[in-house]
Amino acid sequence: MKIGFSHADEVFRKEVAQWLAEHLSGEFAPLRFRGGPGDEHSFPEERKAWERRLAAGAWIGVGWAREHGGRGLSISQQVIFHEEYARAGGPGRMGHIGEGLVGPTLATFGTPAQQKRLLPGILDGSQFWCQGYSEPGAGSDLANVQTRAKLDATGEHWLISGQKVWTSLAHEADWCFVLARTEPGSQGHHGLSFLLVPMAQDSIRVQPIQQLTGTSEFNEVFFDQAITSADNLIGQPGDGWKIAMALLGFERGVSTLGQQMQFHNELDEIIRIARTNGAARDPLLRQRIAQAWSGLKVLRYNSLRMLSGPQDGSLGREAMIYKLAWSTWHSDLGKLAMDVLGDAGEILDAAPYQLSRLQSLFLFTRSDTIYGGSNEIQRNVIAERALGMPREPRVTL
Amino acid sequence: MEFAFTEEHLMIRDSAERFLAQASDSHAVRAAMNRPDAHDPEIWQRIGKELYWPALMVPERFGGMGLGFVELAILLEQSGRYLLGSPLFATACLATPALLLGHNKLIQEHWLGTIAAGETRATLAFASVPGLEACSVQAVAAPCPGGWTLDGQYAQVIDGASADLLIVAARAPDTQGERGISLFVLPGNTPGVVRTPLATLDQTRRLACIELHDVQVSEAQQLCGPEQGWAVLRDTLLIATIGLAAEQTGGAQQALDLTLAYIAERRQFKRTIASFQAIKHRCADMMLQVECARSAAYYAACVAQERLDPKGDAAVAQEIEQAAATAKIHASEAFFHCAAESIQLHGGVGFTWEYDPHLYFKRARASEHLLGSPALHRERLAKHLLGEQP
Repeated sequence: MKIGFSHADEVFRKEVAQWLAEHLSGEFAPLRFRGGPGDEHSFPEERKAWERRLAAGAWIGVGWAREHGGRGLSISQQVIFHEEYARAGGPGRMGHIGEGLVGPTLATFGTPAQQKRLLPGILDGSQFWCQGYSEPGAGSDLANVQTRAKLDATGEHWLISGQKVWTSLAHEADWCFVLARTEPGSQGHHGLSFLLVPMAQDSIRVQPIQQLTGTSEFNEVFFDQAITSADNLIGQPGDGWKIAMALLGFERGVSTLGQQMQFHNELDEIIRIARTNGAARDPLLRQRIAQAWSGLKVLRYNSLRMLSGPQDGSLGREAMIYKLAWSTWHSDLGKLAMDVLGDAGEILDAAPYQLSRLQSLFLFTRSDTIYGGSNEIQRNVIAERALGMPREPRVTL
Repeated sequence: MEFAFTEEHLMIRDSAERFLAQASDSHAVRAAMNRPDAHDPEIWQRIGKELYWPALMVPERFGGMGLGFVELAILLEQSGRYLLGSPLFATACLATPALLLGHNKLIQEHWLGTIAAGETRATLAFASVPGLEACSVQAVAAPCPGGWTLDGQYAQVIDGASADLLIVAARAPDTQGERGISLFVLPGNTPGVVRTPLATLDQTRRLACIELHDVQVSEAQQLCGPEQGWAVLRDTLLIATIGLAAEQTGGAQQALDLTLAYIAERRQFKRTIASFQAIKHRCADMMLQVECARSAAYYAACVAQERLDPKGDAAVAQEIEQAAATAKIHASEAFFHCAAESIQLHGGVGFTWEYDPHLYFKRARASEHLLGSPALHRERLAKHLLGEQP
């Protein structure tokens, strides 16, 4: 058990910081600290250009194996990269779904041909991805997917029909990975398949959802006989659920540390305001600021534990609590921000509904405890899978 | 960076657990509670002379095993889990770090040697009034020919009545704050030392009031002088706080495990009450807190290890105040929450003396306030975060 970084790691840290200082400037300077959760709708084209700049520096796929074109960095150096990226104010990654979710999924479940065809577009920042999981009737009950896919008469194409929802960046994406029912009449997690679908076709319609923040990052996506080549099926027909669950495991990887650096930036702003507006003299707010800071440290320690554990998408105890821990912490931070702002928190930056960064944080964090498995679902998972408690009864009506 | 247990760590944990599951089961805990020193001397004998737990962190040159604080934290997590009544905490977490950081070779050779041999129960006495800051040290060391005369009292000293060795903090006359504090080693039976056991809410750990009346100490008994005293005391208390957090984590884990075992058996409405979602979610929240406490405690244990190692990583060691605060806050909250939930989820029997949840609840309350409440540690962090300290 060791928590320090080696000399070589610290040299690497300087290299990352220096590259970011050089490149996150000029045309890219306005992107600093932008495009994160709650702000993902901002600067899409500029952030895509930034992805290509990252790619030119070989900073995409730093944790991927070398055989897949990644840097194959050690966990320590991945930690450093993500920390320095967030510290420098690196913009929210347009490519994070491809890099963080699709890449590891292809590396684990894809054929060599699929890897060769699809991984380079992620690594060079030219291909962007979105996630087609949730549906109007399949939220917490994700296995209730109704989107259907069937092979056409030639057997060379899948035809997909149905509706996905809460699809962030769908309007910016080149590809969507879709969980679809390929076995007619099947129920629950049986008979599902994992398909990769190109977005540029008339039979796919993307409609933004206006959120309670007034902005739109999420979309509804309608598939009406959308088409994808047969070789865009990952694994075998019927493997969809297994692959979908493994993919969610990859979500709890090293990028969680970058997310925490963003949280750190938010907390720093709250502290700065507390020092200037007098909130720092309020004994209760002092306690809450300290609690937030120590809670963020604990999220980091949890992540370091996760990263030191198995990296195969399986979930240890520390990984199972991760979503519940950060989402609860972050929504508390949103409330703390408003309590530190006090009366000033009520006044918008501009009419009709332009939110300040902390107002946006306050409102957007209401989604943290819902998306990606609500807190209630997380508690079921923890109780059943980590604590071995009885499963929820499956009701058939 | 590798924040995971090694094979050796898991062996230490598993063998400690096997031992304590028998030596400190519910029956043994209750028997120890009724003893004047809250521990069974035979069990302590085995811990000291067969398992070598007090020797664990003592360097090999003093007859110890030369292992680190992480290994000790693993033992403490298990001893907290089984509510072990024993001099281990005071000896290994308070006295041993003070002796290690005090850097007085003659004192180290003698006392670390007897601690490692399992022959000395030791503790640390520092505060005349509750608190962790230098101003809590109010006992006075007045110079006299050949040494000092100590006068004063210490409010709540862990194992203060039973310890063979007292390490005491006292300040030079007319000094204040961090200046003038020295540490002395003092056999418990030294003339002028009056020790009064206190009746405590938590019966698994004993506290005592210690009074010093004209106690004569020689120069050879000065562990460290005023130029080092506060720094050594401060870091000793931070290290002990981290050890306590590991112990609390174990207590929280066991409060959860006791509850899981009970609710899996208890049936109402023709089903086990563990099958109710209202109960599952409360257990999930308990586990969330336990795992957060564990992460915080072991991270802090790694920091303490670097601080105790003269060749340790200085960049890591300087995190000690914040790491200790974070560990104490989260372990205290986890333990109290889990112990309280344990009573609630046991229902009526949780309110009886016969069932164990109250033992954890009381230990949780006592530990929460020992070595600084979460509120105190948060206020320390706040001062630092809000830039109010140099």
